Amino acid sequence: MAYIDTSSMTEYVAEQPATSPAFRSVRRLMRRKLAVVCLIIILALYLIGIFAPWIAPYGYAEQNLDASFQGPSWEHPFGTDRNGRDILSRCIFAMQTTVAITLATVATGGIMLPLTLGMLAGYRRGWTDSIIMRTGEILSALPGLPMLILITVTLRPRFVGWVENLEDKIGTNWFTDTGFADFFLIFFVLSLFGWVGGARLIRTQVFTLRGADYVTAAESFGASTPRILFRHLMPGVMPLIVVGLSAALGAIALAEIGLTFIGVGIQPPHPSFGALIADGSPRSVFENHPQLLLIPGGVVCLLILSFNLLGDALNDVLTSRNR
Amino acid sequence: MDGLSGHIIRRLLFLPLTLLIVSFAMFYITRWGPGDPISIYSGQYRDEEAFDRVREQYGLDLPIYQQYRIWLSDIVLHGDFGPSFQYRDRDIPDIIFPKMWVSFRIALFAFILTFFIGIPLGIYAAVKRGSWIDPALIGTFLFFRSIPVLVLVPILVLFLSDRWGLVPPGGFDGMFTASMVIPTIALTVPGIAGVARLARTSTLLAMDDDFVRTARAKGLSEYVVITRHVVRVSVLPIMTTAIGLDLVSLIEGALFIEILLGIPGIGRFVFESVGAQDYNVILAIVMIGTAAFVIANLAVDLMLIVIDPRIRAGQRGLN
Repeated sequence: MAYIDTSSMTEYVAEQPATSPAFRSVRRLMRRKLAVVCLIIILALYLIGIFAPWIAPYGYAEQNLDASFQGPSWEHPFGTDRNGRDILSRCIFAMQTTVAITLATVATGGIMLPLTLGMLAGYRRGWTDSIIMRTGEILSALPGLPMLILITVTLRPRFVGWVENLEDKIGTNWFTDTGFADFFLIFFVLSLFGWVGGARLIRTQVFTLRGADYVTAAESFGASTPRILFRHLMPGVMPLIVVGLSAALGAIALAEIGLTFIGVGIQPPHPSFGALIADGSPRSVFENHPQLLLIPGGVVCLLILSFNLLGDALNDVLTSRNR
Repeated sequence: MDGLSGHIIRRLLFLPLTLLIVSFAMFYITRWGPGDPISIYSGQYRDEEAFDRVREQYGLDLPIYQQYRIWLSDIVLHGDFGPSFQYRDRDIPDIIFPKMWVSFRIALFAFILTFFIGIPLGIYAAVKRGSWIDPALIGTFLFFRSIPVLVLVPILVLFLSDRWGLVPPGGFDGMFTASMVIPTIALTVPGIAGVARLARTSTLLAMDDDFVRTARAKGLSEYVVITRHVVRVSVLPIMTTAIGLDLVSLIEGALFIEILLGIPGIGRFVFESVGAQDYNVILAIVMIGTAAFVIANLAVDLMLIVIDPRIRAGQRGLN
């Protein structure tokens, strides 16, 4: 009877644990120092935004007219603005705005809409495909920013009136007090235009996946369309979603900042980086108090740069052919 | 060949349909917004009699689809986009075309510059793959792209204009004047990273092709291999993807730059018109802009068919 030494085999198995593709991708990403740094920066900024009310030393609308345009000091590390409001606190609350807008928009316009519509178009083809893709073509042919401005301007009064009406019925002021109505409008408009690019990519990917044996097998079992889409096709398109996500988060953050800068986004006194940059960018202010523009501008720059670099790394890790 | 001409004919037929749907949606939205047209046009006369007169004069007492039909037939038959609220005695095309011309010249300048800097940089980065130059180049331009235009422009104005007095701080005095410097830099710098990255990717792909190996095997110098063989193939895909992307970002970037620098272009005018609730003007701009965008994309496709024999032969599809 031959003696089989299994100890070396268990050792080998222990060295090579069964890993999922997702886990392997994460490990490959963690080996890139720059990507990890970017990830940490993004997480830190988002945590600051989420816990803004507990972190910020002052309220975002707390004025002290005796202390306007102060330089950096121990009481106000980033100085104060025209109304003596603490810039550090306003930056922290502006981050809260960015977190809310980007996460809400990405959850709908960045993931759900492109995923569902793209997979549906790619899987069902025929007239479903035509309707979805033609709608996308029309939306992407529109001049984006003028449209965003127009829609927010025209919809806001109706929408705010509707929300106030709703509040009267329920007996609360929460939606208008927290600026939730503004957030919702901005994120709705951004989602409306945000899904097209992602849906197009996913549709192309599903075209190649739908012929796979496991899809045919699922069909032969009589699996429903939603089950095939979300159970069998979704894992194959997840890398595309993750890569697109990083770019989408940055673009959405910038869009909100732009809309707020020209006065149609988040309404004062609720802070946003757009409002902070608008306060700091007039020539007379910038010449004498450059920190009012450079600090919020620097934070935005850091965030966008981190998203860009992380997106690059994710792209290499998840979609490159030469692994 | 059939699929290709079919593709183009379908796109051409699709343009009027796109414009029709867009125009109706837009028309409906603008009639829905704050400051209904009636109270805007009646101006200081705020009594029922004046409202009725205005309603009748502009056909606002009709149901919305009839208003839309009249508005649309005026455009199609007479090129008349309706009255502007801010400039009552002038036709809308007369107001917006000079402004579009200003924006177009600035965008064209930035567009050409983006490609002339971005493509060679991307190719150079691809050739230097594996050394520190490649990531350093791409990283530098990613950094520049991450600076929001809203922050970049005030910094440029502070240094180039206020501190060193090299260029005027704003306005527009013509295509080849110092007033072009700041808008051109602000529009070009963010776009370079995108073009350079596309150029790098497509050059890397082309360098793996068989004919490149053949060229190397023939003993051609690396310089000749890159400039004569690789570049020809790699530049085309950049044009397709980048032109579309760049057009959009140029239009969007232009809006902020025109507002910040006080340039009398179309972006700033959109902003002013929204503020003044001059909806006929905005409708006109969006319609013309949409048509221009669709036609520009079609022109790029046609150009590619002319340039690339592989697309003509149907070996490669258009996106």
